[in-house]
Amino acid sequence: MSVRMPSARRARLSLFTAGAVSLALLATACGGSGGSSSATPKEFSYLSVTENTTVKTALTTLSKGACKTADDALPLKVETVPQASLDQKLQLLAGQNALPVQFAAGNAPALTQQLAKSGKVADLEQKLKDLGVYLQLEPAAISTIKALYGGELQVLPYEYNIEGIFYNKKIFKENGLKVPGTWNELVAAAATLETKGIQPFSASGQQGWPLTRMVSGYLYRSLGPYALQDVADGKAKLTDAKYVKAAEEIAALGKKGYFGKGVGSIDYDTAMNQFLSGKAGMLYMGSWALANISDRKQNKVGAENVGFMPFPAVTGGKGSIDQYPSNVGLGITLGAQSFDDKTGDWVSCIARNYGTTALKDHGSISGFKVNTDVKDANEVTTQVRDTISTSKQNVLWFEALFSTKATTVSQTNAAGLVTGSMSPKQFMQTVQDALAAQ
Amino acid sequence: MHRVLGDRRAIALLLGPALLVYSLIMLVPMVWSLGYSFTKGNTIDGFTGNGVANFSRLLDDPAVHDALWFTLKYAVVVTAGQVVAGYLLALLYVFFLKRASALIRTLVFFPVVLPTVAVGLLFQKFFQVAPQTGPVNSVLNAVGIDSVDFFGSAGSVFWVLVVMDIWRSMGFYAVLLFAGLLDIPEEVLESARLDGATGLALVRHIVLPLSMPVLMSSLVFSVNGTLKVFDSIVALTNGGPGNATTPLTLYMFQTSFTYGDYGYGSTIALLLTVVCLLVSLVVYRVSRRDLTEG
Repeated sequence: MSVRMPSARRARLSLFTAGAVSLALLATACGGSGGSSSATPKEFSYLSVTENTTVKTALTTLSKGACKTADDALPLKVETVPQASLDQKLQLLAGQNALPVQFAAGNAPALTQQLAKSGKVADLEQKLKDLGVYLQLEPAAISTIKALYGGELQVLPYEYNIEGIFYNKKIFKENGLKVPGTWNELVAAAATLETKGIQPFSASGQQGWPLTRMVSGYLYRSLGPYALQDVADGKAKLTDAKYVKAAEEIAALGKKGYFGKGVGSIDYDTAMNQFLSGKAGMLYMGSWALANISDRKQNKVGAENVGFMPFPAVTGGKGSIDQYPSNVGLGITLGAQSFDDKTGDWVSCIARNYGTTALKDHGSISGFKVNTDVKDANEVTTQVRDTISTSKQNVLWFEALFSTKATTVSQTNAAGLVTGSMSPKQFMQTVQDALAAQ
Repeated sequence: MHRVLGDRRAIALLLGPALLVYSLIMLVPMVWSLGYSFTKGNTIDGFTGNGVANFSRLLDDPAVHDALWFTLKYAVVVTAGQVVAGYLLALLYVFFLKRASALIRTLVFFPVVLPTVAVGLLFQKFFQVAPQTGPVNSVLNAVGIDSVDFFGSAGSVFWVLVVMDIWRSMGFYAVLLFAGLLDIPEEVLESARLDGATGLALVRHIVLPLSMPVLMSSLVFSVNGTLKVFDSIVALTNGGPGNATTPLTLYMFQTSFTYGDYGYGSTIALLLTVVCLLVSLVVYRVSRRDLTEG
């Protein structure tokens, strides 16, 4: 017996079916191909920043040489983002549980600590001990990492840097200048260069941190090694007169035109290029610049003409000239969920070989032990390596203990401090407000 | 067909899927975002409710005040520039260039299709002082004026932004207003001319009132676009120097995605939505009154 539906009911059913099908199609289209799981990785994915080329190049070298076996099992895949976008990218990936196997862990240690607290960062001390390679890390690098990351080893020391002022020996000699030992001598040397038509300092105002590092340098020399720890602990404020004094000194250099024209528009590469092409007498920078100094294509003045001096002493200050700001570069860590045996093989290989590869092929100093004899690329590299090995007390940098917001505010306003669009007091107040906001 | 469309259930069934999809992709995220305004946290730490704390913070936050002031100032100046430049160009096309305007229209429209980042870089180079002297500073130097660090102070960088955005978008408004002017009947213009109206008098008494509807539409487009400006500022100044060129959109983006404070970021987004809504309402009311009076 055939059953015939009434036409109105048939029409309604057809419409309902059409609607349901279209919704199902839409739902399927929106579904995508499924989120990637960070467990059991198929690649040794590494998210880094565009600006840092040394680590990714050294890892690529290892993947073809000493770590080829690890690479065959888990191929290295490098992805980069501009440093300014790193924090956004990490937060989004972390929110989606899609962090890569290895990643640059944020511009401020605060973000890494946040990631670690939520269980997304591997306990590297335990992992390295389990793999039997913990002793491949330099003790000084471990202590710097722990000072930064709340007493825990949350990043690997792909770099181990001290900071100071690189200067052009030839320019200094031609202008009868000695290496300044005090702040006043440094300002006098800058004045001499300015009168001779040579730009005294090369600095990137676009990045901001090369300028704020000078503020913290002055603070450490004038107020002692705990100057910024006191701010972090609430015992002092950046708006206190003795802190504002540091900003005033750096602003005065800018007011006199010692950073050259348009410092706010100068990016990192341009600042480096100005110094390495002999257009500026001095450059405040970390020892990672040794890679650029060793590179004959970049360094037009010759590595033999580059010297390194510590940030000078402030007369009557509580700090000492042999206390160096140190860091481990951009913190690079490993995801907790994707750390399996194959990842472990890679990490073991890196711990044993990275120090040699970085120094030999890139003239870069890392916090991994150098297990074979490597001849230094030049005199200044030897000088910096000696300084690192004999340095007795390290200090951090201006933003090291700041929140992400205070770090951004500090670095984006640094150019205004030296161009005069912001007074030293305003600058310190703005950063202090950002510190208080989070 | 009439029987089907007369049936309420059929209408509900036809509209249902579209309404559902619209609700899912438009209304739900908006309500969701509003919900975030009452929370604190981010995707790493999770979210916790914090009542109206974000709203009171909004009132006290000097960065919001600065961003709101910059947004309004930028919207007013750029809207005036875009619409006035567009209107003058449209008048030029219709009354002077006439049929020969196609090439000029294309050339003036060209920046509209250029990627914003490319335009930003172009203007950076154009106004730069270091490491190379840009063309603008070269001209200044040639007439004996020292180079100006246009990106170093809030005052000068604001005007570079204004010039860039007007240059970038005036072609779009010119075409839009050109289409409006073409709609004015030739007989009306001819009779006005016979009555002795020429030049500015013709524009003031005939062309302007008759092109008011499209002029008001341009104004609404422009105001909303400039209040929500983001890409051109990120490309040219990234909000700097300091926060001198940070509009509400960029501050909202930084708060949410750089500082990881999604709740407060949503509150800033809500403020921007309210500002856009209010300004649009004001423009619509003004345009309605003008039309009835006209």
